[in-house]
Amino acid sequence: MKVAVIKYNAGNIRSVAFALERLAIVYSITDNPEEIRSADKVIFPGVGEASSTMKYLVDTRLDDVIRSLTQPVLGICLGMQLMCKHSDENNTPCLGIFEEKVTLFQPTHNEKVPHMGWNSLGLTKGWLPEDINEQFVYFVHSYFVPVNQYTSAITNYIQPFSSAMRKNNFFAVQFHPEKSAKVGEKILTSFLSLG
Amino acid sequence: MKGVNFVNIRDAGDPVELGAAYAEQAADELVFLDISATNEKRKTLAHLVKEIAAHVNIPFTVGGGISSIADVEALLEAGADKVSINSAAVKNPILIDQLAKAFGSQFVVLAIDARKIGNQWTVHTHGGSQPTEKKLFSWAKEGQDRGAGEILFTSMDHDGTKAGFALDPLSKLNELLTIPVIASGGAGRKEDFLEAFVVGKADAALAATLFHFGEIKIPDLKNYLKNNGVPARI
Repeated sequence: MKVAVIKYNAGNIRSVAFALERLAIVYSITDNPEEIRSADKVIFPGVGEASSTMKYLVDTRLDDVIRSLTQPVLGICLGMQLMCKHSDENNTPCLGIFEEKVTLFQPTHNEKVPHMGWNSLGLTKGWLPEDINEQFVYFVHSYFVPVNQYTSAITNYIQPFSSAMRKNNFFAVQFHPEKSAKVGEKILTSFLSLG
Repeated sequence: MKGVNFVNIRDAGDPVELGAAYAEQAADELVFLDISATNEKRKTLAHLVKEIAAHVNIPFTVGGGISSIADVEALLEAGADKVSINSAAVKNPILIDQLAKAFGSQFVVLAIDARKIGNQWTVHTHGGSQPTEKKLFSWAKEGQDRGAGEILFTSMDHDGTKAGFALDPLSKLNELLTIPVIASGGAGRKEDFLEAFVVGKADAALAATLFHFGEIKIPDLKNYLKNNGVPARI
């Protein structure tokens, strides 16, 4: 199996690479369109800011490459947000794979922004492993995708939001499976074993 | 979520092996603070960080001797999820702004070592060896305003005593700040952790020695916290 991790101007690619190594998965970190298109699975990671990363994807034409992929693609954190139609973070048009809008959390007295730390997954369905419902995973984000028709897991923080989504061959998680201990490894394994 | 347990892996044994073992035992985050790094004016060893990061599947913070964006870039590339800054931030507070702008607030932990002198909690640097003009509460607030994402507060008066965390300044920090506070220094019993969360209102608690020598086992601690009403990931 060939796994391509998309290389662009976002952080935490190293963490994803280490997680794949711990699972003994062979991968390449690449921005080569042919290498990405010919991979069996594609991972689109990311920690960073929406407008500068989208600009980079548009300038390098990786935006069209990602949109046209037909194999399973997993967006992580910022990757998931960039797969949506629009982000309120610096008013950024995104890839539009999911027709959703990404919006900013409004902090409350007890709930700080960014949402940073371990929180649980609820109402998991579809492609996610069955036994991870109510399990904890690790989040770091200030913007969120509301619950929508593509939601495959919901987490509550300030309000319920989409912690995982799926549309056709596009999969996405708001949390960091690469930093979510055994539960995260299960989710990565589950994605990597999709037919 | 309250009831978050950080483990500092600086003290004993092989940090790579220890880090992986603590991750396995459901520690929530790992911290590698090389306190001697500032004193000896050497940089945290990026290759050791890389080894640890390769073997742990939970968030990992690195601190010690960090004084520039370039230091932090090397650590990010090595796989650190956050960096902790201390002496360099006291000397040059704008470093906090610079790091928050370059890497995001979630990446920047401001570590503060303080001890009570008279009525004032006085900030110390260089592994606690040098008193400064700064006071704990105003410095923590300034750190938050400059963009730090978390405060790691170590009470030097409590560190090593095993008599419990510094509950009074912890609860004051929680009132004053909107960013998470990690309690450090003084853990001796499971009850101390419960008090840090319930009375000190800490967002997380850190210990090192206790866990290294097996005096408290992380799974036992987390079960105890959970049974006492503190949400904990088991």
